Amino acid sequence: MTAVSGTQRLPQSVAVDAGFTAWAALIVLTLVCIVLQDSLPWVVTFPTAWQVPIAAAINVMSDGVVPVIQPLFRSISALLDVPMRGMQACLSWLPWPATMAIVVVLSLKSGGYRLALFSVIALGYMIIAGYWPQSMNTLGLVLLAVPIAVGLGFALGLLGYRFPRFRPGLLAFLDLMQTVPAFAYLIPLLLLFGFGPVVGLIASAIYATPPMVRNTMLGLDRVPSDITEAGLMSGCTRRQQFWHVEVPTALPQILVGFNQSTMAALSMVIVAAIIGGFEDIGWEVLSSMRKAEFGQSILSGLVIALLAILIDRLTLGFAKERPNGPTPIMAWMSWRRLAAIVVIALVAAAAQRFFLPDAWALPSTTLREQIGIVNVALTSVVRDYAGFFNGARNVVLYSLLLPLRLGIVGAATPALWGFAVTPPMIAVYVALWLAIAGLAMKAYGWQLAVATCMAGLLLFQGFAGFPWPALVLGIGLLAFRLAGIGLACFAMLGFGFILVSGLSAPLSQSMYLTLLAVILCLILGGSLGVWAAHSERVSKILRPICDGLQTVPQFVFLIPALMFFKVGEFTALIAIMLYAIVPPIRYVEHGLRNVRADVVEAVRQMGATPSQVLMHAKFPLALPVIMLGINQTIMAALSMLAIAALVGTRDLGQQVYIALGKADAGLGIVAGLSIAFLAILADRLTQAGARQAGSIESHWKS
Amino acid sequence: MARPLGNFIVAHGPNVMTQERPIKIACRNVWKAYGRRPAFYFDSRGYKIDPDALADRLRAEGHLPAVVDASFEVATGEIFVIMGLSGSGKSTLVRCLSRLVEPSAGEILLDGRNLLKASPKELIELRRHDMGMVFQNFGLLPHLTVLENVAFPLKIQRKGQKEREERAREMIALVGLDGREKSFPNQLSGGQQQRVGIARSLAVGPALWFLDEPFSALDPLIRRQMQDEFLRLQKLLKKTIIFITHDIAEAFRLADRLAIMRAGKIVQIGRPVDIVLSPADDYVGQFTEDMPLLRVIKAGDLATAINGTTVDHDIEAGASIEELIPRIAGGAKAFGVVQADAPRRMIAAADVLEVLERDSRRQRS
Repeated sequence: MTAVSGTQRLPQSVAVDAGFTAWAALIVLTLVCIVLQDSLPWVVTFPTAWQVPIAAAINVMSDGVVPVIQPLFRSISALLDVPMRGMQACLSWLPWPATMAIVVVLSLKSGGYRLALFSVIALGYMIIAGYWPQSMNTLGLVLLAVPIAVGLGFALGLLGYRFPRFRPGLLAFLDLMQTVPAFAYLIPLLLLFGFGPVVGLIASAIYATPPMVRNTMLGLDRVPSDITEAGLMSGCTRRQQFWHVEVPTALPQILVGFNQSTMAALSMVIVAAIIGGFEDIGWEVLSSMRKAEFGQSILSGLVIALLAILIDRLTLGFAKERPNGPTPIMAWMSWRRLAAIVVIALVAAAAQRFFLPDAWALPSTTLREQIGIVNVALTSVVRDYAGFFNGARNVVLYSLLLPLRLGIVGAATPALWGFAVTPPMIAVYVALWLAIAGLAMKAYGWQLAVATCMAGLLLFQGFAGFPWPALVLGIGLLAFRLAGIGLACFAMLGFGFILVSGLSAPLSQSMYLTLLAVILCLILGGSLGVWAAHSERVSKILRPICDGLQTVPQFVFLIPALMFFKVGEFTALIAIMLYAIVPPIRYVEHGLRNVRADVVEAVRQMGATPSQVLMHAKFPLALPVIMLGINQTIMAALSMLAIAALVGTRDLGQQVYIALGKADAGLGIVAGLSIAFLAILADRLTQAGARQAGSIESHWKS
Repeated sequence: MARPLGNFIVAHGPNVMTQERPIKIACRNVWKAYGRRPAFYFDSRGYKIDPDALADRLRAEGHLPAVVDASFEVATGEIFVIMGLSGSGKSTLVRCLSRLVEPSAGEILLDGRNLLKASPKELIELRRHDMGMVFQNFGLLPHLTVLENVAFPLKIQRKGQKEREERAREMIALVGLDGREKSFPNQLSGGQQQRVGIARSLAVGPALWFLDEPFSALDPLIRRQMQDEFLRLQKLLKKTIIFITHDIAEAFRLADRLAIMRAGKIVQIGRPVDIVLSPADDYVGQFTEDMPLLRVIKAGDLATAINGTTVDHDIEAGASIEELIPRIAGGAKAFGVVQADAPRRMIAAADVLEVLERDSRRQRS
C-alpha cells in the first residue's frame, strides 16, 4: 500500500508545479493590471469601442421575423384561451364546499387523515382571508399548464431514453431552459403571443417541462436490468415491454417528475403576474407589495405558501413509496369511491346552483378588508424599530457589500468610512494578506494560498474595479484545472460574449451579489447543518422549515425582506439568502450523517476529540456531498437573482426586468443568456469539483 | 494427479445419464466481444480462428472479449452448470443462449435450428413458450402482486384472466407460496421472492430453463433450502437446465455436467467427478482441491453390474457416496444402486473406502 501511494505521488507533484506556475502568472498579471489602471484604463473597464450591439441586432431580426410568424402564435394563443377561460369559469362556478370536498378526498387518497386536515385548513384560510376567487384562478392556470408540461415532458424524456444520440442536445437544451430566468423568456413570448393571461399559461407550461423530461429519463434509465430482461424473457413485444414493464417500474420516479413539474408551473404562474394582473394570487401579492400594504401582502403571500405546500404534498403522496403499504384510510379510498364522491359533489354543486343560487356564498367580510389596522401596526413597528433594521442593514452594507463591490480603495472614502487609504495602509493590507496566505500555504498547501491571494486582490479592488482580463483568464484557468479544456473554452467564450454585449458592469454586480449570498449561506447554513447532524432535536426542528422554504415559490421571499429593509441591494441579499440557505443545511447534514461509520469509529478510537473527528474525518469524507450542496446553493442563488431584481439590484437580473418593462427582446435575451451562462458555468465547475473530491475519496477507499 | 482411481471410475461408470438423450441446445464457437467495432474481427471466411490469439488481439485493441469460442451441448433433461468467478463471462454466455445478448459470432442450435437466424417475431414466440429464466436479483415487477407477477408471461400472451390465474396459482403452490398471492414483492423475503421468480419462469411450461445465479443473493442457509427445492422440482419437471453460479459447492451439488469458465473461455467441461479427478489445468485444480471426493462422486459413478452379489441396502444413483459411510461403519459390504430407466446395479464398500482413502491423502498434501 505504501509503495503504491509512494509511486503515485511523484507525477502528482510534477502536475502541482505546473498548476502553481499558471496561478502565479495570473496573480502577477492581476497585479500588473492594477498598477497600470491609471495609465491604461481599458485593463479595468472593458472599452466601449469594443462592444458589439448584439441586443440591437436581435431586435432588428425579431422586428423582421415576428410580424411574419405572429399570426400563427396568436392563433395558438386564441386556441388556448378557450380552455383557460373555461377552466377558470368552471372553478369559480363551483361552490367552495364542492371544491373542498374534491380536494379532501384526493388528500385522503394521497396522504391520509393529516393531509386531508391540512387541506381543509389551507382552503378554509383562503376563504376567510378573502382570496378564494384569486386562488381558484391561479389553480385553474396550474391545472391547464401541468398536463401540457407533463405530456410534452414525457414525450421528450422518452425521446432521450430511446435515442441516446439526441440526449446531449436535449440535456443542453434543458439546462438552458432551467437557467434562463423566467422573465427573460416572457419577453419573446409576449411578442409572439400577445399580452394576456395565456402568456403566463404558456410560460409556465414551458418552464414546467424540464423536470418531467429529466425524471422520465432517469426513471426509465434506472429500471433494473433484471426486470427488463425478465420482461423480454416473458416474450414481451416492444410495446408490451414499454407499457407493461418499463413504465410501471419507472412510475415512482416519473411521479416525482410530475410533482416537480406541478411546483414549477405554480411558481411560474405566480411570477407571470408581473406582466399583467388578471385577478390571480400572484398579482394580489405584487400589487399589495407595490402599494406597501404589508398586511395584505402577508395574507396573500400566505395563500401562495399554503397552496404550494398543499399541491406539493398532494402530488408527492402519489409518488411516495410506502414500505408499510397504504394506511387504512388510503386503502379505503379506492379510485372507484373517489370518483363516486367527486361525481356526487359535482351533482350537488349543480343542484345547489340551480335551486339555491344564494347558498354557500363566500363570506362578504374577510380578513383582507379588516387588515387596515394591521397595516398601521406593521408600519409603526417597522418605523419604531427602524433604528435596529437600518443598523443591521448598514453594518452589512458598509462592512461587506460595499467593500466587495467597490473594493477597499473605493469604499474607504471619507464619505463612507471616514478615512482615505494611504500608501502605508496599503502596505499593511498587503503584509496582512501575505501573512494569511503564508499560513494557508503551510497548513493546506499552495492551492489555498493562491485562493487567499486572489481573495485579497478582489477585496482590494472590488468586483466593479477588477481587471477584466485577469477575471476571464482566472475563471478560464479554474475551469481548465477542474474540468479540462472544453469547459475553459466555454467559460472564456461566455465571458467574452457578456463583455462584448456591454454587460460587464451588471455582470460584476451579479457575481458579487451571488458570491456574497453564497458565502453567507454556506457559513450560516453550513453551521446549522453541522448542528443538525449532531442533534436530533435541531434536525427535527429544521426539517419542516427547510421543507417549507423549498416548497414556497421564490416570489414570496420578497415580502418579509421588503417589509423590513425597503428597496435596495441588502433586501435583495436577504431574499436570495432566504431561498438559498436550504441546500447547505440539507447537504451538510446529509453528508455528515452518512459518513462511513467505521472510519469515524477508527478515528474516535485513536483518541480524537469531537472537533478533530469533525475536521479530520467527517468533513473530508463528506466533501463530495457538501460540494453538491454548494452547487445547489449557487444555482438557487442565481435563480433567485432574477426575481430579486424586483426589490432593486443593479445586476443582470435587473437588465432582464428592465427589458421586460420596455419589451426589449434583444436586451432580455442577451441578459437572460448571460445569467444562464453564469449558472451553467457555476454548475459545471462545482460538479467537477465534487467529482474531484469524490475521486479522492474513492482513491482512499481503494 | 494420480490416475488409478480416475481410470477405475471411467471403467466402471460410463455416463448412463446423458449419452442416449437427444441434444436440446448446442453452442458452437460462440463469441461475444464488446467494444467499438467487434464485428470487424469475426469475418473469418476461409480462415480458422485461433481463439487465444484472437482474444489477445481483441484485448490489445481495446475490446472486451466476454465470451471466447464457447462450445458445448446440453442434453434434454440435463442440469448443465456453468461456473466461474465474477467477470468470467458466464452471465453473458447464458444471455447469448436466449439472445438477450446478441453473440458476435458462432452458432446456437436449439432443437437443431439455428437460434441466431430466428426473426424478432420467432424469438418472441420462442421466449413465450420454450424458455424460462430466473434472475439473480429476481427481476420481479414491483407494482404487481405475487399472483400477477407469476401470471405476467401469460398476460403478455393475452391469455384470459381466469386461465392465467389458475395456472399461476398452480405454480405458486408448486413453489410452496400458497397464501401469499396478494402480497407485493417488497413484502417478501429474498428466498420467497426467488420462489416467485421460479414460479413465473415455469408458468409457461418451458422445456428450456435458464437460471442465472438464482441463489447467489440469498443467505447460505436459505440457499441450501432453495437448492433442495430446486432438485425436487427438477425431479418432478425434468427440464433441460442451464444453471449459472460462482459457488463451487453449489455447482458440484446440482450439476449433471458442468463447464468452468475463466476470462471468457470454457476451460473444462465434464461431470463433477471427472473435473475433480482429472482437472484440465492448475486453475481448475486449485479451484476444486477443497471439494471432498466423497461428496462429489455419486453412487452411479462407482456402480458395477450386480452379478448375483447380495446387497443389503438400496441407494439412488444420484446420491453421493458419502451417505454410505455410516452403513459401511455398521458392517455393510455392498449396496444396490437404483436408477430410473436402468437395471439395478451394485457398489462395493471397498470401492467407497478407496475413495475415502484417496480423499484423506488429498487433504494432507
